[in-house]
Amino acid sequence: MTSLTLVRRIAARPSIVFEALTTPDGIACWWGPDDGPVLLAETDVRVGGRFRVRFRMLDGSEHESTGEYTEVVKPTRLAMSWRWTHGGEPVEAGEVSRIEIDLRPIDIGTELTFTHSRLQTDASRNSHKEGWTGAFDKLERRFTSDRP
Amino acid sequence: MSIGELARPFAIKLPAVMKHLDVLSASGLITRSKRGRVVAVRIAPEPMREAMDWLRRYERFWSARLDRLTVFAEAEEAKAAPIETQEPAA
Repeated sequence: MTSLTLVRRIAARPSIVFEALTTPDGIACWWGPDDGPVLLAETDVRVGGRFRVRFRMLDGSEHESTGEYTEVVKPTRLAMSWRWTHGGEPVEAGEVSRIEIDLRPIDIGTELTFTHSRLQTDASRNSHKEGWTGAFDKLERRFTSDRP
Repeated sequence: MSIGELARPFAIKLPAVMKHLDVLSASGLITRSKRGRVVAVRIAPEPMREAMDWLRRYERFWSARLDRLTVFAEAEEAKAAPIETQEPAA
């Protein structure tokens, strides 16, 4: 399974980070990839609840993504499905991926671990079917670490 | 790469390596071809490139967002906690 993990150490307590991740007002402050505005942010933060976020970039293009919360453990863990419903990456039309966020209290505040996993490429679908896990991950790490 | 060369760095037995290769092959990530007694294994560039493109794209995408999230959450913390972080009077 192709997945991306990013870790950030944030000087804010987990409950504040959790609010920033889940409230429409919070999301509106950081979701845009450039200085374009977040046009809409809706969240229903409970298992089975949905979120929807739409933003406009400085080039004028609008993008919207949506998903469903699958795990909500305030203030330490969030998991959700995720897909583009407008704009985004045309090659990923209809592709559903998964986001997991863990918030761990540390001395300065919070360690945030963010994982975005791709589930539905042909390759990963086949590999799921085969019950195969470790080999490609290992291979992928090798390639990732060789990257300039 | 031959299967022997490929297996050398891993602490698992050759039959286990073969099993992993079967799965990778079924997933279209590698191709195998036999030359004499040697089976050569090649990475199939297209699915691998596609996966790497996805990783690069989202690394940029989420890195920028998490940077902004960090700045925002730290500003919220600064607003929320002036009393708790105050130094005790000497």
